[in-house]
Formats: sequence, structure tokens, C-alpha cells
Amino acid sequence: MDIVLQQLLNAVALGGTYALLALGLAIVFSVMGLINFAHGELMTATGYGIFFGIAAGFPFILSLGMGVGLAVVLALSMERVAFRPIRRASPTIMLLTSFAVSTILHTLMQNLISARPKPIPIPDMLAGAVTIGAHQIGTIQVLSIVIAAVSLIGLTLFFRATLLGIGMRAAAEDFDVARLMGLNANRVIAVAFAISGVLAGIAGILWLFQRGSVDPLMGFVPVLKAFIAVVLGGMGSLVGAVAGGFILGVVEVLLRAFLPDALISYRDAISLSIVIAILYFYPDGIIPRRENIR
Amino acid sequence: MLEVHDLRVSYGPIQAVRGVSFSVAKGEIVALLGANGAGKSSILKAFMGIAPRSAGRISFAGEAVERADTASIVRRGLTLVPEGRRVFSQLSVLENLKIGAAANRQLRGRTLENCERMYALFPKLAERRDQLAGSLSGGEQQMLAIARALMSEPRMLLLDEPSLGLAPNVVDQIFDFLKALQKQDIALLIVEQNAETALDIAARGLVLAQGRIGKEGASAALRADEELQRLYLGAG
Ligand SMILES: Nc1ncnc2c1ncn2[C@@H]1O[C@H](COP(=O)(O)OP(=O)(O)OP(=O)(O)O)[C@@H](O)[C@H]1O
Ligand SMILES: [Mg+2]
Repeated sequence: MDIVLQQLLNAVALGGTYALLALGLAIVFSVMGLINFAHGELMTATGYGIFFGIAAGFPFILSLGMGVGLAVVLALSMERVAFRPIRRASPTIMLLTSFAVSTILHTLMQNLISARPKPIPIPDMLAGAVTIGAHQIGTIQVLSIVIAAVSLIGLTLFFRATLLGIGMRAAAEDFDVARLMGLNANRVIAVAFAISGVLAGIAGILWLFQRGSVDPLMGFVPVLKAFIAVVLGGMGSLVGAVAGGFILGVVEVLLRAFLPDALISYRDAISLSIVIAILYFYPDGIIPRRENIR
Repeated sequence: MLEVHDLRVSYGPIQAVRGVSFSVAKGEIVALLGANGAGKSSILKAFMGIAPRSAGRISFAGEAVERADTASIVRRGLTLVPEGRRVFSQLSVLENLKIGAAANRQLRGRTLENCERMYALFPKLAERRDQLAGSLSGGEQQMLAIARALMSEPRMLLLDEPSLGLAPNVVDQIFDFLKALQKQDIALLIVEQNAETALDIAARGLVLAQGRIGKEGASAALRADEELQRLYLGAG
């Protein structure tokens, strides 16, 4: 098996997961200026939704759907309960509120469920490999890439071809003028949260496929990476978030694969240095959110 | 069409509008003039429900709208073309137009037809319908901003400094077009720094100073007023 091809697929699979998470963060940030630290808990909730679905005897696919559904419900609830009342507050207050939501949720999960990882049995069907041409590729990997691609394509269609999607893009660029044109602010923000929930849910599934278990802090590391991806792509830029996610995924996988053993423990430090180097040259991110120029 | 009684707008301790009353008749063109910071934009925003309306009565087409939300005001036929154009630069020309019609479900069926109407009014926009609005020239963006507002089939249009930053010949083009809207019975309230140009097409003018109406009268009378020339119109 060609190691370069294998690593490339790893990079795309990981980058796709980061891209979905980063996109969810960017959508919410772009419409209400909120950096949602509780995004990771949406991912974790998906894990528990799937775990309890399977435990209750539902078929695997249905359980996945329940996991994503739970993330959407949670996203909409946090918007309604925690973020709507502070919509006009300063960015600092919003940020602190999202920290609070995040802490409350993961403490609840720790105390009501368990601080220990709960295993999610992956069906045998997914454990094998598929043969493409002369190559053997892990089914999970292929599936991850396909799911990430389908999600991004679906979302692109939504943003390009539906009036609601065009309205979301308008609101992401200039929320005040979108409201001035009569777009319903509550609806736009609720849709943004719902989309971020779907994306966090799908990313959660992809993450679980790799790890096979869920614990209360499952979302922490990937969402931290997604924040980095959002900054790298340009705060609030949707295309930038996706690009940032893929770049980060590629950098991490390449470092993991080709770094000499002596340096492997510095992997994250090196990949963050690369991010900082990119930001040095593109301080607003690689695809900044453009304002009206003329 | 529009009647305002004792409108006040305050941003916390700052009183931007301190009791303004006037009315605009159906199909009438009125200029709202005044120096920087006089409160012109605040008045237009208050009409649309996007500035804090601390007091006063606003009625549009015979109905009280001072507590109405922006979407319902747009649906009633009042739309603002904001200061600085504010087109959605990342959206195509066509998508910008669609957003202009988004507030009103009843218009959805006519959206494409209305887009064609806009393309007929502004042939430049027709050529660029699939381009990003951010790639248009300043004048084209102003045309798009006006066309976007017209997509909601307004009975009255509020324009906040439509000449801002545009070359004189482009300004003339835009004002010719605005004048022509009168034939469709659309009333206009035009806020302008460029008083001469606005008074050219307006029947009447209101001059705002520190949140109050200082002078008002027919355009010809305002143009001839020497004190006004000196104080507000900056032409003297
Ligand atoms: N969002 C706001 N918060 C606080 N003060 C504001 C706000 N918007 C306007 N003001 C203040 O209200 C006053 C009137 O502002 P407004 O924008 O209505 O004036 P204007 O006549 O449109 O001026 P310009 O010609 O510069 O556009 C100014 O003193 C301004 O500083
Ligand atoms: Mg103004």
C-alpha cells in the first residue's frame, strides 16, 4: 500500500472533520459575533445520543440519527436559553456565557452519565477495508471522506440555491442590513445554531468512528482545533473555515507520519507554529471575510 | 403616506432626534437636509424600527407603525436604502435582489418577474447579474442598493445619502432615475449632504439642526435662503 496515498486519505478524513466543526463555529460567529465554546459539548452529546440509542436496542443507523438530532436540539436550546438574552451584550460577555454553558454541560454529563469513556460498538461491516484499484483502504476512512464531502456539498447547495440559505449568507456578511431587508433575526440565528448542531453531530460521528468511545470531554480537543482552523481561515468567513480545517488536518497528519520519532511529542507545538507562521503573513486569515470595499 | 409626530431618538444619554414632526404625501419627493450628526440617519432608522424610538408617533399609510418590527414595516411598503449602499458584496447581483424581496411571502411568486423589471430599469445590473456585488463600481452598487429596495414593491422609499462618494455624472444618473420613480407613485424621502442635487428633484425640503427641524419650505425658497446657504448647505 502506497504510504503517501494512505496518509493523504488520513489527512482528508481528519481535515474534513475539522472543516465541519470549524464551519459550524463560523456560521454562528458570523451571524451573532459569538464564539461558542460549548460547540464541543454538541459533539459530545452526539456521542451519548448514539451510545444510548444503541443501548436501547435501536439499529446503528437510527442511533446515529438520534445522536445528530440530540446535537441539534441542544444547539437550539442553548441559543434560546443562554444566548438569546445576551444577544446585544459585548463579545466578552458572550464568550464567558459560552464557557459557562460548556462547563455546565460537561459537568452534567460527568455526574449524570459517567466520567469514564463509554464504548460505542462499530458494526463489523465498517471495520474492514475496501479495495479501490490496487489499493486497500479502510472502510471507515472512505466513509468519513464521503460523509464530509456530502455534508459540505449539501450545505453549499443550501447556501446557494435556497432563499433561506442566501439569506443566511447575507446575514453572515451584514446582519444589520439583512434585518433591514426584513429578514427575521430570530429565525436566522436559530437556523445558524441548527446547522452548527448538524455539523457538530456529523463531526462527532466521524470522530467516534476513529475512537470508538465517548466521554464527557470528547469534544474538547477537536473543537479547540476547529477554533484554530476558524482563525486560520479568517474569523467569520465560511469558506475560510473549511479551508482552515483541511489545512490543519493535512499539517497534523503529515507531521504525525513523517516527523522523526525524537520530535513526535512536539507535533502539536510544530503544527501550531506553522499556523502562527501562516497568520504572520495573512493576519486576517487566508480567506478573510470581506467588507464592502467600494 | 407618512406622518411623524414628535419623534425622539436617544442613544443612552445622547439625544439624536429631539421632537420632529412632518409628513410626506403619496408620491411626493421630500429632501431631508442638515449638517453631519444632525440626526438625519437616526430619523430614517427610527422609521424602519432599527433605531431606539424613545417617543413619538409614526403612521404609515394610515396605520400606526411606531411599535411595528422591521419586517412588517417593509411588508407595508416602506423600505430604506442605507447610507453607504451596504450591498451584500459576497452575494451575486441576483441574490441581492432576491434578499430585497425576502420579507414578503406574497411577493415570492413575482420575484423573478420583479428582477427582470430591475434589469430593464438598470441595464448595467442585467449584464452583471451573476457577478458578486462587491465587484461592481460604486455607482453600480448604488443602483443595486436601490433596486434591492424596490424589490419589496415599496410605496415609499427612504434614501440615506445616495450620492455619497459618487462621481457627479453618476449622481445625476441616479437622481434622474429617482425622479422617474414618481411616475410609479412611489414617495421618496431623501437624506442628502449634497443639498443642491436633492432640492433639484424634491418639491419640499426639511432642514434639520441638532435633532430639530430648523427650517422647512418649498425647494425654490430653500435654495434662495441665504442664511441656509451659509449654515447648512455649505454652498456659501
Ligand atoms: N448607534 C449610535 N450610538 C450612539 N450614538 C449614535 C448612534 N448613531 C448615531 N449616534 C449619534 O446621534 C447623532 C445623530 O447621528 P445621525 O447618524 O443620525 O446623524 P446624521 O445626520 O445622519 O449624520 P451624517 O451626516 O454624519 O450621516 C450623532 O451625534 C451621533 O453621534
Ligand atoms: Mg447619516
